[in-house]
Amino acid sequence: MTELPQQLANGLILGAMYGLIAIGYTMVYGIVQLINFAHGEIFMVGGFGALTVYLALPTNTTLALALPAMLLGGIAISVLIAIAAERFAYRPLRGAPRLAPLITAIGLSIALQQAIWKWYPDGKQARVFPQFKGHALDVLGATVQRGDLFVLIAAPLCMTALGLYVTRTRSGRAMQATAQDPDTARLMGINTDRIIVLAFAIGAAFAGVAAVAYGLRTGEVQFRMGFIMGLKAFTAAVLGGIGNIYGAMLGGIVLGIAEALATAYIEHIPGMQQFGGGAWKDVWAFVLLILVLLLRPQGLLGERVADRA
Amino acid sequence: MTTPLLEVEDLHVAYGKIEAVKGISFTVHAGQVVTLIGTNGAGKTTTLRALSGLLTPRTGKITFDGHPLDDVPAHKIVERGLAHSPEGRRLFPRLTIAENLQLGAFLRKDTHGIAADIQRVYDLFPVLGERHRQPSGTLSGGEQQMLAMGRALMSRPKLLMLDEPSMGLSPIMMRKITDTIRALRDQGTTILLVEQNAHAALSLADQGHVMETGRIALSGTGAHLLHDESVRKTYLGED
Repeated sequence: MTELPQQLANGLILGAMYGLIAIGYTMVYGIVQLINFAHGEIFMVGGFGALTVYLALPTNTTLALALPAMLLGGIAISVLIAIAAERFAYRPLRGAPRLAPLITAIGLSIALQQAIWKWYPDGKQARVFPQFKGHALDVLGATVQRGDLFVLIAAPLCMTALGLYVTRTRSGRAMQATAQDPDTARLMGINTDRIIVLAFAIGAAFAGVAAVAYGLRTGEVQFRMGFIMGLKAFTAAVLGGIGNIYGAMLGGIVLGIAEALATAYIEHIPGMQQFGGGAWKDVWAFVLLILVLLLRPQGLLGERVADRA
Repeated sequence: MTTPLLEVEDLHVAYGKIEAVKGISFTVHAGQVVTLIGTNGAGKTTTLRALSGLLTPRTGKITFDGHPLDDVPAHKIVERGLAHSPEGRRLFPRLTIAENLQLGAFLRKDTHGIAADIQRVYDLFPVLGERHRQPSGTLSGGEQQMLAMGRALMSRPKLLMLDEPSMGLSPIMMRKITDTIRALRDQGTTILLVEQNAHAALSLADQGHVMETGRIALSGTGAHLLHDESVRKTYLGED
């Protein structure tokens, strides 16, 4: 069990990325009861946005110096695409049967993947994402790559900012009101259309941050990366209790750690040798989802749906 | 006579093909309490929801404070001075009492005025002040109704629309709410009151309209309707 700290660190890093993406699913669902299945691709285009900014900078720019600009570029592209999706794909379908926006989301997700595949230079292959140079760090017995520090710092900062925004600002309170009762929110004078756009934008900004983290960790971005990350993040959102922002981050971290532990330890359980290792990690992640749906359908921090008066 | 604060002319509202309000007209003058009474499904709630912009009328004209309200989106109506306390109270259940009241003043910028008005609501309903940090979903039905009325008052409306404030309340609570409406009236608040509890509503109202399947069947002063034979039979349960 000497590798336990290492597995926990891996799980935490991965989980923080899931959590950042999961925020987008949970906020949009909380307000318009829509599963935005294109959110994985909103994350993916953020990675390409950040890469584009990096490539546009002078070649001798150090990554540390480039990172803030890359982050802004990634966030900007994700937010832009998300706002356009809300305005032109989802808003016209508000009030339509639930299946219509869901199918639209899947269509949008394919369109975004194919757009990068076709039009981004060399977009058919994985594109190399810049890496931090230098030795890995030793943190409490775990080896942590320098690039992974990014998400370990960014995730708690983002969550703190979001928590303060939602509870302490006028617009954040309007967002909570809209999530709890949109019609009555309008009676208060809240422009709920604007709140919906804001929820999409915040979720996309978090996805943009996650995309930079993903690039720094894996050393590449590619047009398909949003699919499995989006699916995992959606799982995290459900795991934590969809609609609950803290639940999304908690769900992400639980999922990341569960995956890491399953990868490392399941093969040591007698009779389970063939179900361990990295090849099975996605299976275990979804097994966890099924268990949660069976045992606690509202998710870890979710509330029962009955409180809508 | 002065121009009315609210003038509704030949209002039609439909849900798809089903017309719930079939051409009603009435007015509310400043300082008046006007009530719409009638059974379930008569179109009272639909009328209020059309006035506050949550539903778009099929045809008809709504003039409020001298301006037409047609095509004004719901979130801009409260800005004009029309506050709506909806049927079933519709509080924000996970927000506290204080936060619900602050949302009632969402468009106001005068921090001091808002604080003073919140205090005024707490003076009106001390139980709300004692529990101001409690989530509103945990309140009793009567307390929720007090909060719903308080929240609607927080916008300092020119016209307060109350939809079934006595619904589901105990007789004691019902009396408390009726007393409060009377007190608001005596302070000069203009109120459009929708009620199934016709007796309480008519005893408060300057003007009453009886709605039946989307139309106004009968109009008169509150006192007149209270003593009207057919109203007594149908709505006051007397025979």
